[in-house]
Amino acid sequence: MSDTAAQPRSDGDESADSSTATDDPTDPDENQTAGPVSTGAESVVAALEAAGAKTAFGVQGGAIMPVYDALYDSSIRHVTMAHEQGAAHAADAYGVVAGEPGLCMATSGPGATNLVTGIADADMDSDAMLALTGQVPTEFVGNDAFQETDTVGVTRPITKHNYFAGGADTVGDTVGEAFELSRAGRPGPTLVDLPKDVTQDETDRTPGPATPPAGTDPDPNADPEAVEEAARAIEAAERPVCLFGGGVIKADASAEARTFARSYGIPVTTTMPGIGSFPEDDDLCLSWGGMHGTGYANLAITHTDCLIAVGTRFDDRLTGGIDTFAPEAEVIHVDIDPAEISKNVHADYPLVGDAGRVLDQLTAAVRDAPDAEAWRDRCEEWKETYPMTYATPDDEPLKPQFVVEAFDEATDDDTVVTTGVGQHQMWASQFWTYTEPRTWVSSHGLGTMGYGVPAAVGARVAADTMGEEDRDVVCFDGDGSFLMTMQELSVAVREELDITIAVLNNEYIGMVRQWQDAFYEGRHMASDYTWMPEFDKLAEAFGALGLRVDDYDEVAPAVEEALEYEGPAVIDFHVDPEENVLPMVPSGGANGKFAAAEDQL
Amino acid sequence: MSGDAPGVDGESRTTPEADSRPLPGEQPGPEEREHPAGRRNLEGIRIDPVVEAEQESRRAVISALVEDEPGVLARVSGLVSRRQFNIESLTVGPTTVDGHSRITMVVEETDSGIDQIEKQMAKLKPVISVGEVAGDAVTSELVLLKVEADDPAAVHAVSEMYDGRTVDAGPETITVELTGDKRSIDDALGAFDRFGIVEIARTGPTALARGNTPTAPGEKPGTAGEPTTHDD
Repeated sequence: MSDTAAQPRSDGDESADSSTATDDPTDPDENQTAGPVSTGAESVVAALEAAGAKTAFGVQGGAIMPVYDALYDSSIRHVTMAHEQGAAHAADAYGVVAGEPGLCMATSGPGATNLVTGIADADMDSDAMLALTGQVPTEFVGNDAFQETDTVGVTRPITKHNYFAGGADTVGDTVGEAFELSRAGRPGPTLVDLPKDVTQDETDRTPGPATPPAGTDPDPNADPEAVEEAARAIEAAERPVCLFGGGVIKADASAEARTFARSYGIPVTTTMPGIGSFPEDDDLCLSWGGMHGTGYANLAITHTDCLIAVGTRFDDRLTGGIDTFAPEAEVIHVDIDPAEISKNVHADYPLVGDAGRVLDQLTAAVRDAPDAEAWRDRCEEWKETYPMTYATPDDEPLKPQFVVEAFDEATDDDTVVTTGVGQHQMWASQFWTYTEPRTWVSSHGLGTMGYGVPAAVGARVAADTMGEEDRDVVCFDGDGSFLMTMQELSVAVREELDITIAVLNNEYIGMVRQWQDAFYEGRHMASDYTWMPEFDKLAEAFGALGLRVDDYDEVAPAVEEALEYEGPAVIDFHVDPEENVLPMVPSGGANGKFAAAEDQL
Repeated sequence: MSGDAPGVDGESRTTPEADSRPLPGEQPGPEEREHPAGRRNLEGIRIDPVVEAEQESRRAVISALVEDEPGVLARVSGLVSRRQFNIESLTVGPTTVDGHSRITMVVEETDSGIDQIEKQMAKLKPVISVGEVAGDAVTSELVLLKVEADDPAAVHAVSEMYDGRTVDAGPETITVELTGDKRSIDDALGAFDRFGIVEIARTGPTALARGNTPTAPGEKPGTAGEPTTHDD
């Protein structure tokens, strides 16, 4: 995180762009000159090393073998995953935690198609990631050869850009460009398809320094006049609220965001990907808004007259019905991607630029804090009226929210939390108090069940690579999500990765069950598993620590034992199958009309 | 949130403790809250619900300079279909610069939709420059039209009237080439209709901006090594 935001910067600061790590010439690991090469595959690996890649996640296979062979002597650590989807999620999570593009690899055909879910996930969440896929030799392409898939065609709509490598002489430059493009401007996944002849052919062309393509590295500063106009709107606001999105975290702009909001006493909401951009234990923080966001965040967003939205794309799970989203607010929208401006919500004050830079510009441009004391009091009242609570009657089973709180209490602030998708994900985001960026690692836009376990693998490897072996990595998973990617537990055991997986097991696709109860007259079609494996025993079979918890008094000891265990641990928490995620804004509804309890739906 | 949950003071809880804060079922429902009267329309623009109507769509010509690399057309057409942009036509062809192509699209969209098409296209890596052709663009399309040859003299007369050219004449059909803007083409097709149209192939309109206005934003006609004189 940048520490340059302690003081508001002056206008017209034209110093070099610090929004991407590649621009820092003092970083010894970045952009070294590549060494001599003899094949296309060696050129690929040399380009990756020179660009600063330290870790790759992947699965071997025929068409990618030359590249793997070239990795044999490389400084890049390769983590062999159980499934290519896991490789993509692990690379994605690695990138989120490390702040560097993740790297995943797979062979042609099924290897490449198995990556697709993870690439689409990274695309929806604007995560920097490079996927390398093997391909049949160029002369067979188009012949429906063994393990041939049109990978470039399949991944075109879910990548920032993808490449079909043209020859051994240029493939290193192509891979270097794809790596840099993934983190230039608005991050996103890129892919290079590598025909086997291209990687096998001889070349002595050393790849040049990796640079993103022309025109893809945008100006980080917003138009100063537009900043001035936005500053006047902020000064005049009576009910201002910040909405910090995932872009604040990607731009390493949490310090700038904190400075801005605290300097002018503006209450803060975040989006779900923006969790951790602003400390949730700060008095100004209203936590996150949207479908299962806090009531107070949703009320603040609904009643604000000036919404300062930074690095968010106004996803429908955040906005609810557009007609009732911040309906009386002038919208200041800061984003690095001009296409997000007025895409879903009209921006009265569009500010195109890097989140950190523009927040600094705004901090410098605002002369007087808005007169918002009454508004802050009102936000505080909402916090008291609609707190995040849950009932724990004696005659009902263990509540999943309690498990999340128990882990939060037992771990430090720098703990990384990963999740699958569903009810457990919502509880993990609601009942854990996040204070630091890059500690919340989840699948937001795509909503990929099964993200949690491979993401924990990627997060653990990232923390270890950064020399932060003491950080805890906790994965909250659902029983349904865990069943989708639990084979990656084999990787965690083999690589001796210290992760703790908390399965909030309700033997349901719980979120679907909740919707069936609310909107489908309780008809539990295909959401009720009725039978689940014993996950503690399964974990033991993998060679991990396996524990089972059914009651409140077992929670704390099990949490402690799992966290202290050196290596992967799985706790199968049998939680109340009837518990619902609340509050809830019905799909397309008004955020301000969230249901605090089931009977309000 | 756990930060302000009870029982945190140093000791970890083993069982849930009494919480004085209201439980979900004790919190006010939607009807008990205040709700703002304001609204936004489908484009996310704040409106006065009483007077403001929805945006109307209009026809716009969008011109893009692109690098002529494999898959560029697939990227553009994929974008258009994925984002449900309403397009009438798309043409592509070389420019005066080697390795560049011009894509011309006619779209029927609201102002917001046109803005989105331009911005999303600009994000495609091979797209060098894109924008709506400013002002009253010069547009033209080429049509090949095959009609029945029962009355060759009449076909010829209509063809002349619309500046058409007979490109093939057989005992049963006559093929005519027409060029022009949408309106003159529509008029001509109406006139040919009575002969019996057998087949038709249209390129869709392509366009240039008038006068010194660049067709795509930032485009500098006659520069970047383009062959601008007869000596080339």
